[in-house]
Amino acid sequence: MKKKKLVGVFMSLMITAGLMVGCNGGTQNAGTNSSDNNGGGGDTIKIGANLELSGGVASYGQSIAEGLELAIEEINKEGINGKKIELVKVDNKSDAAEATSGAIKLISQDKVVAIIGAATSTNTLAQVQVAQDNKIPLITPTGTNPTVTNKDGKVNDFVFRTCFIDPFQGTVAAKFAIDDLKVKNAAILIDSSSDYSKGLASSFKKAFEENGGKIVAEEAYVAKDTDFRATLTRIKSANPEFLFLPGYYEEVGLIVKQARELGIKVPIMGGDGWDSPTLVEIAGPEALNNTFITNHYSSGDPDPKIQDFVKAFKAKYNKSPDAFNALGYDTAYFLADAIKRAGDANPVKIKEALAQTKDLSLVSGTLTLDENHDPIKSAAILEYKNGEQQFKTKVNP
Amino acid sequence: MELIQQLVNGISLGSIYALIALGYTMVYGIVRLINFAHGDVFMVGAFVGFYAITGLHLGFFPALLLAMVVCALLGVFIERIAYKPLRNATRIAVLITAIGVSLLIEYGMIYARGAQPVAYPGTILPDKKIELFGVTISSQSILILCTSIVLMILLQLIVHKTKIGKAMRAVSYDAEAARLMGINVDNTISATFAIGSALAGAAGVIFGIYYIKIEPLMGIIPGLKAFVAAVLGGIGIIPGAMVGGLVLGVIESLVSGLGYSLWRDGVAFIVLILILIFRPSGLFGKNVKEKV
Repeated sequence: MKKKKLVGVFMSLMITAGLMVGCNGGTQNAGTNSSDNNGGGGDTIKIGANLELSGGVASYGQSIAEGLELAIEEINKEGINGKKIELVKVDNKSDAAEATSGAIKLISQDKVVAIIGAATSTNTLAQVQVAQDNKIPLITPTGTNPTVTNKDGKVNDFVFRTCFIDPFQGTVAAKFAIDDLKVKNAAILIDSSSDYSKGLASSFKKAFEENGGKIVAEEAYVAKDTDFRATLTRIKSANPEFLFLPGYYEEVGLIVKQARELGIKVPIMGGDGWDSPTLVEIAGPEALNNTFITNHYSSGDPDPKIQDFVKAFKAKYNKSPDAFNALGYDTAYFLADAIKRAGDANPVKIKEALAQTKDLSLVSGTLTLDENHDPIKSAAILEYKNGEQQFKTKVNP
Repeated sequence: MELIQQLVNGISLGSIYALIALGYTMVYGIVRLINFAHGDVFMVGAFVGFYAITGLHLGFFPALLLAMVVCALLGVFIERIAYKPLRNATRIAVLITAIGVSLLIEYGMIYARGAQPVAYPGTILPDKKIELFGVTISSQSILILCTSIVLMILLQLIVHKTKIGKAMRAVSYDAEAARLMGINVDNTISATFAIGSALAGAAGVIFGIYYIKIEPLMGIIPGLKAFVAAVLGGIGIIPGAMVGGLVLGVIESLVSGLGYSLWRDGVAFIVLILILIFRPSGLFGKNVKEKV
């Protein structure tokens, strides 16, 4: 009998644990359902945020949420057309399927007038169909893949973004490598499971070759890998002068560390996917010397608008804002500006106002949307020095 | 030169697979159970090491020891609670329980500390690069390799020179006969779980130092690979697990080194399939006829 009892205890423990895990995701957005059914009615305007608050790229989602909250706090001091903004957050756990169901929940249960998110292109793409079908504007702060707003030459008319697109980052990186670093040949190492990584790599390759450079090695890995030494040894034997590494910080951190260990001393460059404090923890400050990233903005930029934002952010969170904080912040203003011009919180009117945005002054540059809903704005190049990002130069389109 | 560098890469990777594979193989050898929770014990070991280093400010060896002790206790705990009551149940029931325990540990860990990865402090072991004939070897990987080898030798000594080792071999040969000879079978099984789990814990700390990034689901893939390594060498045979781990690590490195990095995991499992077709009992296994 004793044996049976033990099994029973164990089973009930497992069931309880399962329930607790299941509840965890739900508790974060409990209590945000207010009494009015229509997000546009009453005294508040409901906006959804579908972000990576946990999982592999949690640091992106959390940074965006911080930026959003700061901006909404500021906007609510005056209100938009006499109304206040209410933010409803859902956690998509850095997973595309969760992102889709999060968007459905925000639209059908919370009745939001617009959705902000997700941080990555893949998780944003997972929401595009839902947003299009329900005619709810969807704005990604940092999804840089071109297909997010434009599918097979057709614009997704309800989908927008606050950041520049992948080809631009790849092109800027190629120009910087040739003009400033004076390199003639380069190796590329991509994450073959990421649209983002592939997008950056193809535009880098095109721009690099057009400007007289030569690609000596092209290798790939898959997200979640931990050992890159074999691939890096192969790259080393091709003797590149420059390594282009468009990926996300978890793998990039390991790759940079292992590359330096194997004696690959050349400059390494990537995109905004590197931008996370975790990168410095994983790679170590020393290995990160002589690496560069293209980014949306730099807190070291002397522009007064940027410095005001940095000050406000430091006052609230007691740390220096990164690009995800800045883009989260800008996305809230981008949307607020459109709601103000639309005159009323109707999703279709908001969409029209968003599409007409022109010369809107934001922290990450002056934003004008082109016909593909992609912003035209400047990019910053940052260099890592002893684990700190330093502003190197600004590149205009 | 590139080939030698790839061999060095492969052996470092393989020695971690080998340490995990040892636990699989020991447990299988004694109770004929694939302990799927083994990869998660490895993960717990990595986290114990991490908290010992960052929280208690221990050095590498004390942290390694602490992780081994905690994992040994965890292994015994799992065995007593989950597997012992099922000793006379069908094999499939135990197997499913093992998968359940694995999920429980993984998601229990996520519940306890969240899913975000953390980074091992890089300063815990001196990291010097040693250049030999154009091959770069980091001092860390040498220390890690030595630690793995010492642990494997220690294991061989325990299994072949001590009383408990003799009991383990006896139980693995024939549990009923061993019981009749006055061997406490339950304690012997617990000891096997303790030793296997301690090795997984050590592998966890070594993995953390070598690959820096640890997270609650980190045990799944190394666990599967180690299982492949154990089968490759002949499951239930201790030297087989060591060789299997090293062979698998070297194969993976060579495949990536030839420029087929995306095929690496595929090749590992193709090797498993080929072994199962041509040598079902593994490289070191003997063909045992089914007793009727």
